[in-house]
Amino acid sequence: MKSALQFDFTVDKAAKTVLITREFAAELSLVWDAFTKAEILDQWNAPAPYKAKTKYMNFEVNGKRFYAMVSPDGQKNWIIQKYTSITPKTNFKLFNAFADKDENPQPTGSEWDYNFSEKNGTTKVSITIYNESLERLDKMIEMGFKQGITISLSQLDILLSTLRC
Amino acid sequence: MRTRRDIFQAIADPTRRAIITLIALKAMTPNAIAEHFNTTRQAVSKHLQILTECELVTQKQQGREIYYQLEVNKMKEIDEWLQQYRRIWESQFNQLDKVLGTIKKQRK
Repeated sequence: MKSALQFDFTVDKAAKTVLITREFAAELSLVWDAFTKAEILDQWNAPAPYKAKTKYMNFEVNGKRFYAMVSPDGQKNWIIQKYTSITPKTNFKLFNAFADKDENPQPTGSEWDYNFSEKNGTTKVSITIYNESLERLDKMIEMGFKQGITISLSQLDILLSTLRC
Repeated sequence: MRTRRDIFQAIADPTRRAIITLIALKAMTPNAIAEHFNTTRQAVSKHLQILTECELVTQKQQGREIYYQLEVNKMKEIDEWLQQYRRIWESQFNQLDKVLGTIKKQRK
C-alpha cells in the first residue's frame, strides 16, 4: 500500500550539498529510534540487496558507528560515522566516511545533518549532506549497479516480503 | 568514472558556471567569453580547457575562429547519474517504512 508520503531529493551541485526529505507514517520517537539504534538501522540502512551490519555503535557526541554494507556474496564495504552533535528527538549530526576493515577512514568524508519533526502522527526527516564527495557518490552508485539495485521497486518489495517470511 | 568526478569539479567553480551559462545561449569565441570576466584571458582559457576535458563544452572551428559550445546532453547525463543516487535513498526508505510498520504492529 503506497501512501502519499513526501520524498524530496535535490542535489546542489555547485555547493556539493545533497538535501533529502522524507516523511514516515510513524511517531517521532519511533523514527528517531530507527535512525539512532543499531538494531533497527541494520534492518534498513543499506540499499537492497545489501545488508547493513553494525560492528559497534555509540550514539553519543564523539561516539562512533562502524558498520558495513554487506553484499549478497558477503563482500563488506566499511563505513565509519562519528556523531558530532546530538539534540534528542530533534537533531543529530555526524561525519561520514568510507573506511577499511581496520576502521581507518578515507581522507574525504561528508557532514550529515539530520532534523526530525512530527505533525499529525507523521514524522518528517530532513537530511542535509554537506561536502558530499563525488567519489562517495560514485562508489555508492557503482555498488548499486553491480548488484542491480536499480531493479524496479516492485521487485524489491517482493524480495523484501520473501525475506521477512 | 574519472571524467564524471571532474564534471563536478567543473561545476563547483563559479567562473566555470558563469561560462556554462554564457555559452548555453550561443557558441562563443574565447575572446568573447573573456570579455565577460574580470580575469586574464589565460585564466579563461584554463577554465575552458577544464570544461573541454570534462566534455561539457566542445570546440567548433568556424573560419579562423574557434567557438566553444555547451554539450547539453552531457549536462543531462549528470542529472541522470544523480537519479541513481536518489534511487539508493528511495530503496532504503522503503525498507524503513516496512520496518516501522512491523515495529508498530509488535507494540500493539
